Amino acid sequence: MNSAQSHSAAESSHGHDHHEETPHGSLKGYLIGFVLSVVLTAIPFSLVMTGAISDASATAVIILGIAVVQILVHMIYFLHMNVKLENGWSMMALIFTVIFVFITLAGSIWVMHNMNANMMPQMTQQAMANMSG
Amino acid sequence: MMMSPQTAPFSPIFGRLTLDSLPLHEPIVVVTFIMVIIGGIGVVGAITYFKAWGMLWRDWFTSVDHKKIGVMYIVLGLIMFLRGFTDAMMMRAQQAISFGSNEGYLPPDHYNQIFTAHGVIMIFFVAMPLVAGLMNYVVPLQIGARDVSFPMLNNFSFWMTAAGAVITMISLFVGNYARTGWLAMPPLSGIGASPDVGVDYYIWGLQVAGVGTLLAGVNLVATILKMRAPGMTLMKMPIFTWSALCTNILIVAAFPVLTAVLALLSLDRYADTHFFTSTLGGNPMMYVNLIWIWGHPEVYILILPAFGVFSEVVATFSRKRLFGYSSMVYALVVITILAYLVWLHHFFTMGSGANVNAFFGITTMIISIPTGAKIFNWLFTMYRGRINFELPMMWTVAFMLTFVIGGMTGVLLAVPPADFVLHNSLFLVAHFHNVIIGGVLFGMFAGINYWWPKAFGFKLDTKWGKRSFWLWVSGFYFAFMPLYALGLMGVTRRLQHFDDPSLQPFFIVAAFGAMLIALGIAAMGMQFYVSIRNREQLRDLTGDPWGARTLEWSTSSPPPDYNFAMTPVVHDNDAWWDMKQNGYQRPDSGFQPIHMPKNTGIGVILAGFSVAFGFAMVWHIWWLAAISLASIIGGAIFHTFNYDRDFFIPEEEVIRVEGQRNAALVEQG
Repeated sequence: MNSAQSHSAAESSHGHDHHEETPHGSLKGYLIGFVLSVVLTAIPFSLVMTGAISDASATAVIILGIAVVQILVHMIYFLHMNVKLENGWSMMALIFTVIFVFITLAGSIWVMHNMNANMMPQMTQQAMANMSG
Repeated sequence: MMMSPQTAPFSPIFGRLTLDSLPLHEPIVVVTFIMVIIGGIGVVGAITYFKAWGMLWRDWFTSVDHKKIGVMYIVLGLIMFLRGFTDAMMMRAQQAISFGSNEGYLPPDHYNQIFTAHGVIMIFFVAMPLVAGLMNYVVPLQIGARDVSFPMLNNFSFWMTAAGAVITMISLFVGNYARTGWLAMPPLSGIGASPDVGVDYYIWGLQVAGVGTLLAGVNLVATILKMRAPGMTLMKMPIFTWSALCTNILIVAAFPVLTAVLALLSLDRYADTHFFTSTLGGNPMMYVNLIWIWGHPEVYILILPAFGVFSEVVATFSRKRLFGYSSMVYALVVITILAYLVWLHHFFTMGSGANVNAFFGITTMIISIPTGAKIFNWLFTMYRGRINFELPMMWTVAFMLTFVIGGMTGVLLAVPPADFVLHNSLFLVAHFHNVIIGGVLFGMFAGINYWWPKAFGFKLDTKWGKRSFWLWVSGFYFAFMPLYALGLMGVTRRLQHFDDPSLQPFFIVAAFGAMLIALGIAAMGMQFYVSIRNREQLRDLTGDPWGARTLEWSTSSPPPDYNFAMTPVVHDNDAWWDMKQNGYQRPDSGFQPIHMPKNTGIGVILAGFSVAFGFAMVWHIWWLAAISLASIIGGAIFHTFNYDRDFFIPEEEVIRVEGQRNAALVEQG
């Protein structure tokens, strides 16, 4: 870590990174990533277009699951993430991001669900729309 | 001005901007405008007379030196502070006289703009630039680096913040500002209730400034993680750098949420979507939820660097190692994470129910534990220390007394049933001014007094500094303690008029407090003026006037462009103290040419286009918006082809500068 830290500001502002740890993708890696992401895109589309699963919420859950896999594929094959990159800082940043996104999404859903459940009956969205319409 | 967009005149050239948009019917605004024009002509004339334009452009505006950018941030913050404080004085004056049959001098329409502008300016264009300025100036010096990771980006970030301030200031004289309160909650900020340009000024001012803040955050995180001097492990970093790291991580995680929620609000206003309307599936409560997911981390973004300043100041002026270094670090990290788990305490009363409120009430109370640990650490650092009550230390002690009161009223508000009584009242207003003035602002004043000698090579005048200190601190208590009492009596915030005359004495006391603060600001201006005038008497040649502990004090004051001729090697938390104890000798040979980034005007240019873009979007001048957006993108791409972006300071120059410094130190003895 020390060699990376001691170089001057001007050097790191160049853009061309001269410490070895920066990974570069291979053609094979990019092809695998490309094929995987195409497949992972095609599956949700086909599920919706053919209506293979009759239950809409089950379809939604499957699509969300595939989206998570898609994100992982992008990170591994296109962003070349691994646990050692940048002395583990990339991994730290990723873990932090995941926690933060989880808090934001889960918290918002929880909060908004409770808001909704506590609405007075006459204050539902449909009633409001009727009132203003 | 309350015309609906359909009936408003629209021209393809000027959009909805007409001569009627100039607030010529408001005498207060007209007088202000004339004063600003006269003042502006005076400043421009003086710069021209002293032929300073070239110097300003070459040495400051286009500079990529983190020290100069830091100073510019602080200048921006102090200038905008005058605007924000003027708003505050107008509100205090209005509320002190507007009782019974007296309507005061501000009509509701104008009053509502003032309290909105006051909040927005004080948070985004005063507190944020002051915090960013101190971090920019101090962090690279504290970690033994020559600049930040991305110097040009740093310059661009500053100018985007300034551009946001310019867009916000334009609203004073062309059109009007939002009347919605500082977070512009829908449905009030929606196109139905606010069809004119006020909310659009709000949105674009913050969006442009937000770009700058976010990029500055990325920049400093990268700098702290990648550019520390050899030997400086994370647990040997000075506490101010730790607080800067936590703050910038908060910025990077939280500001995109603000950008996204404001983008959704603009879609509602411009593209007829319904994210935050009550019809067609939209929900205004989602806006409240999202903006506080940004808004709560934001208050920690402001206070953590102030905590960092106090940690440095307490250790330096008690002449002791900071008590409980590692517990300080863990407290910072815990606060960083908890900052994301409390946002709902800003809207307990919106109706999430008991379970949700209990969760967020408890997480909020938990935050007081690491914060309290920090207070005790500072006290234990002072315990048996040889305390030297210089100005930074006085601000720190005032902070500890004041902030504890604000913290306790905060814990009180964190109890949901109490919040149902106190929310939206002046008690709340008193609470957050108590922590923001008593915490953030006192911290910034401590920091400015502490690092001024480093930045300019001479100390600040103590006599005027003390006058300013006492006026500020007593003014704060006079201004805000009555608001606690009024809030407990049930007076709500943002009122332009009162019926009950028994409340008036409290408001008069509060106005008196604001007057004291005004005198404190004037004394602070005098302090700067007298110090600059007497700079030869106040000169410090040692570079270490306070007997301090961290690396920034090992260089000359002001530091050379390259900060450190040779990268220091760190063995201890208090690196400079350790070097002094072990008989550190400044090197006088073995220098090498130093690789430096070159100045560039691209930051100013892109920020200028951003002002044009924001203005065009506000007034629906679509051709200008298209051209300026294309220019921003084109300019940024064009700059990537500029390969002439670095140079070397030759060896002889380094030897000359270091030689001068060594000679000066020898002369001092």
